[in-house]
Amino acid sequence: MNNNHEGPKSDLTLLNDILAEADGVPGSLITVLQKAQEIYGYLPRDVIYHVAESLNINPAEVMGVATFYSQFRLTNIVKYLIMSCQVTACHVYGSKRVSEAVSEYLGIKHGETTEDGLFTLENVACLGCCSLAPVIMINGEAYGNLTPDSVLEVLKGIKEREAGK
Amino acid sequence: MMRIIIGEGSCGIAAGALKVHNSIEKLITDSDTFSLSSTGCIGMCYLEPIVDIYDGETLVKRLVRVTPDKAEAIVSAVRDADLTKVEDITISRDDEAFLLGQTRIALRHCGLIDPTSIEDYKSTDGYRALKKVLTSMTPEDVIEEIKLSGLAGRGGAGFPTWFKWNAARNSKGEDKYLICNADEGDPGAFMDRALIESDPHSLIEGMLIGAYAIGAKEMIVYVRAEYPLAIKNLEIAIAAAEQDGLLGDNILGSGFSCKMRIKAGAGAFVCGEETALIESLEGKRGMPRLKPPFPAECGYMDSPSNINNVETYANVAWIINNGGGAFAAMGTENSKGTKVFALTGKIKKGGLVEIPMGKTLRDVIFGIGGGIRNGKKFKAVQMGGPSGGCIPEELLDTVIDYKALAATGAIMGSGGMVVMDEDTCMVGMAKFFLDFTALESCGKCVHCRIGTKRMQEILSRIVEGNGKTGDIELLSELSLAVKDGALCGLGQTAPNPVLTTIRYFRHEYEAHINEKRCPAGECAALRRYSIDSEKCVGCTLCARGCPTKAISGTVKKPHSIDETLCIKCDNCRKVCRFGAVSVI
Repeated sequence: MNNNHEGPKSDLTLLNDILAEADGVPGSLITVLQKAQEIYGYLPRDVIYHVAESLNINPAEVMGVATFYSQFRLTNIVKYLIMSCQVTACHVYGSKRVSEAVSEYLGIKHGETTEDGLFTLENVACLGCCSLAPVIMINGEAYGNLTPDSVLEVLKGIKEREAGK
Repeated sequence: MMRIIIGEGSCGIAAGALKVHNSIEKLITDSDTFSLSSTGCIGMCYLEPIVDIYDGETLVKRLVRVTPDKAEAIVSAVRDADLTKVEDITISRDDEAFLLGQTRIALRHCGLIDPTSIEDYKSTDGYRALKKVLTSMTPEDVIEEIKLSGLAGRGGAGFPTWFKWNAARNSKGEDKYLICNADEGDPGAFMDRALIESDPHSLIEGMLIGAYAIGAKEMIVYVRAEYPLAIKNLEIAIAAAEQDGLLGDNILGSGFSCKMRIKAGAGAFVCGEETALIESLEGKRGMPRLKPPFPAECGYMDSPSNINNVETYANVAWIINNGGGAFAAMGTENSKGTKVFALTGKIKKGGLVEIPMGKTLRDVIFGIGGGIRNGKKFKAVQMGGPSGGCIPEELLDTVIDYKALAATGAIMGSGGMVVMDEDTCMVGMAKFFLDFTALESCGKCVHCRIGTKRMQEILSRIVEGNGKTGDIELLSELSLAVKDGALCGLGQTAPNPVLTTIRYFRHEYEAHINEKRCPAGECAALRRYSIDSEKCVGCTLCARGCPTKAISGTVKKPHSIDETLCIKCDNCRKVCRFGAVSVI
């Protein structure tokens, strides 16, 4: 198998327990990738190859699964993952304007990361807090009833905390 | 003993319930005799965070929109048994009506018990139905009772539950699986999340009864990864049930064995389709299979499998305890029992509503939901998410019934009800859903993969002001082709939002295409800005902030906008302190 790929080298021994657990269990690929992402924060290329080899699956197939599901990330995420809900209830309350305000303020679009490595913005499907629409979630904490102005207050607050450190 | 109970479902937490909890906890001293605990979601999302005060088993006070600075008043009120101290945050009579107008079966425990306590569940008759089934009923009896109830799939399709169970029971195979579809992907629906978070044992009990009926050895719950609290509470519940001999080998000494596990989804809307869900369970890309064979014959790991959604299973124990006849006594000829709706959008009172089938949409939206917010006018209600449609005002007296709703072009769906007012552009709404389905299309079949993309492109050009004569007809034609040609439910229903908006709001399409005008004023490209010369004092603020220098004028004289330069950024309207800039 061709393991010559670019990118930083990951500590693959961290996967040993997970792969041992999955050994011989059919259909465990998604679970393995979820656990791998918990360890590394994303799915580095060498991890994908290693998982493929260990589970005896074609790397293309692993890549196919990793790119099919929105949960999996192929690039490193940063300190703050902003998930901006874009679906129906949030949409009718102007989630697009909220998301645009975030984009403009941070200078990033959906799926991108700020240059200082602090924020990644992802537009996502329903976060299940529809009555607080529009909603964003930053590292698991939900902020509701947002406006283009109030979302900037939230982000400014985080930036100030970071600068003060 | 007095008890303080805080609603800590996802909505409550997002509204600040945990901060309230911490503030109250800090004030409690060793000498206090009352307790503090948490419960799930009562479903009155618009009033969160909610704090209930119980005297023994009786609810004596319900406090709403509680903030941490009210902690002192709450603790002092309970300590001194003087509830007048919290009168200012007590729920109003008008808001109490939100719950009083409902009939709760699936949601019967939500917001009333501690979801992490199996004892709490048992104290409300929990696991009595399972005992009854295992000690006095054959699998055939169970299926017969469910048939009598008329229970149909609450995930959207409305297929009779007993029929699926019976088919899976009659399929040959040693290993059978009972699967719960908790991949609540329909945007705007959150009843399954609330159910698992708030009452996980009722899901386990309902699934166990189903597993016994079909003869399954294993149960799998496929939960969206976006629902961490639901996964956590279900994990706690499974461990407690195993501890109590309710899951695993020889359940309650009956000889029936069944285990249960959770599979976290990884984020793909199409996995709500049952065969795609099975593919995903097997660790593959979630792409639908051709049916037949149906999962009842050849499902997970090619074994007979039964799949129902959370709400369907949550009704099962109630049906066994109260009899199928009691369930069937509610509803219409075609649709029995109750249905849970997640009421959101431009509604006064948003939250979870469970009502008997046969009520009208008007009962839900204007009765329980209190009508439209901010004195605006109702325009449409979107039901069934990306597979559903928009129902206009003239059809608000449609009864809630699978067939009656399908006749409008929408569907019952999983129960998402997003209410829209006059400010929502219906063409924009259709585009929004097509953006969604085009993105989520798995790409397996041509009609869905390319058809939704082309429809999305046409809708985009209409909202951008480049619509052409004949676009409406082209959209209709493409819609029918996608409906006919797509492989799975996602593609077959994807055109519904477009077809219903064309059917009921054709004039909005025509205004966009022929007059280059958005009647709701929502489509940015079609907006036109103007400055009212009587209101403008010439402060120059807008002109200085205009990125394209489209605004001209001299100090203290009314300004004007050059429409050829304007990029509709809305900045001038936002900065104007005199309300002189308006959108026409």
